[in-house]
Amino acid sequence: MPAVAMNVNGNAVSGEVEPRTLLVQFLRESLRLTGTHVGCDTSQCGACVVHVNGKSVKSCTMLAVMADGCDVTTIEGLATDGSMHPMQQAFMDNHGLQCGFCTPGMVMTALDIVNRNGNDLNEATVRKELEGNICRCTGYHNIVKSVKAGAKAMGE
Amino acid sequence: MYEFSYHKSASVDGAVEAMNKAEDGKFVAGGQTMLPTMKHRLAAPSDIIDLGGIAELVGITVEGDSINIGAMTTHAAVAASGDVQTMIPMLAKLAGNIGDPAVRNRGTIGGSIANNDPAADYPAAVLALGATVKTNKREIAGDDFFTGMFETALADDELITSVSFPKPTAAAYMKFENPASRYAIVGVCVAKTDDGIRVAVTGATPCVHRGKQLEEALKGEFSSAACVGVDVPEDQMNADIHASAEYRAHLVKVMTKRAVDACT
Ligand SMILES: Cc1cc2nc3c(=O)[nH]c(=O)nc-3n(C[C@H](O)[C@H](O)[C@H](O)COP(=O)(O)OP(=O)(O)OC[C@H]3O[C@@H](n4cnc5c(N)ncnc54)[C@H](O)[C@@H]3O)c2cc1C
Ligand code: FES
Ligand code: FES
Repeated sequence: MPAVAMNVNGNAVSGEVEPRTLLVQFLRESLRLTGTHVGCDTSQCGACVVHVNGKSVKSCTMLAVMADGCDVTTIEGLATDGSMHPMQQAFMDNHGLQCGFCTPGMVMTALDIVNRNGNDLNEATVRKELEGNICRCTGYHNIVKSVKAGAKAMGE
Repeated sequence: MYEFSYHKSASVDGAVEAMNKAEDGKFVAGGQTMLPTMKHRLAAPSDIIDLGGIAELVGITVEGDSINIGAMTTHAAVAASGDVQTMIPMLAKLAGNIGDPAVRNRGTIGGSIANNDPAADYPAAVLALGATVKTNKREIAGDDFFTGMFETALADDELITSVSFPKPTAAAYMKFENPASRYAIVGVCVAKTDDGIRVAVTGATPCVHRGKQLEEALKGEFSSAACVGVDVPEDQMNADIHASAEYRAHLVKVMTKRAVDACT
């Protein structure tokens, strides 16, 4: 089996995987980082979004071997010293989640939005950018509010 | 997903060599079509040859009046490119409306064109702009590249290295998108080029095609009004849960008119 080595949330990790192992399987089953969710497994819902070399990707649509040598950030990599990342805090403060299943992917996508669009986001931009993330609970309204608030807090 | 052997090469030659050794090999680029297809077991290659490590396939260069885009350049990179935005703004906008941000961060122009999904966006731009597809073996004119539903002129061991788009005088792409996937239910790209007015239609039929009658009408007078009398035959249109053949035929004209208006 091929060996893979990558940097996940700042930690060097390695393992042996079947070539067909998805990145999300490697994260969840080998590394036990179960914050990254699988909602659809058909590349639609965005519950599995993580960052690979700083960019959002659907980890159900990337092989673990493809991430060999890469820097990967998952939802578990955001909090520092026990306090939540401003984007996570914004989701909590703005009731941006109900069941929470979509939330890890929403937060990782939100950070990618901020990286590319800055801290002052308008609603239309946020809604367009969230096209690849599906939520069955909230109706999106409070997610949009959370992303805008989180973006702003990140700039302060 | 069925089992397969995985190969990653740092060069085009290495990738082609791995392909030639494989029993039933497939190149993989961003994997945004390949992996979902394999999960559905609609494809079960014996070997996957990952093009992700070939640096020479990535990048955008201006060559005179053309823009050359490496096959492994992502949709996100094309959308964000200052050169593309300046020379062919239509192309940057098209790339920025493919799927969603995560798909655009992985999906590539080479993969989209090689796949030739009947509802994909890039094939319309390749046809309308009269682009040239460059491979490890030859250069293929856009008009000769797309040969049928999911079919192209590529040989099994042939890989796209780049696509060269000549700068048009004006061009616009209008897509009536599926609200879930963002794929085109119908997409029309209209371009004024050195080669005359070109209209390419995607999503409507099993394979992207030139709208020759629309082109004729627009040659007479380049205005949306000129499209009104053109007959778009329904019997060649796709019909599925998203849209009937009749509706698609109607959309071809509506999207052409919008694209013409956006060109002027
Ligand atoms: C949720 C979702 C939404 C999408 N929405 C859209 C949309 O709105 N519009 C749209 O156009 N597309 C859409 N796509 C498809 C997306 O653009 C894909 O990225 C693209 O079709 C394939 O590119 P890829 O790099 O991922 O190729 P892969 O999936 O890796 O490969 C696709 C095919 O091309 C071949 N191939 C790849 N690169 C080369 C090469 N250089 N030379 C020869 N053969 C090659 C492979 O062997 C394979 O057969 C969507 C995909 C998803 C998952
Ligand atoms: S689980 Fe990856 S997109 Fe839904
Ligand atoms: S909060 Fe339940 S799916 Fe989004």
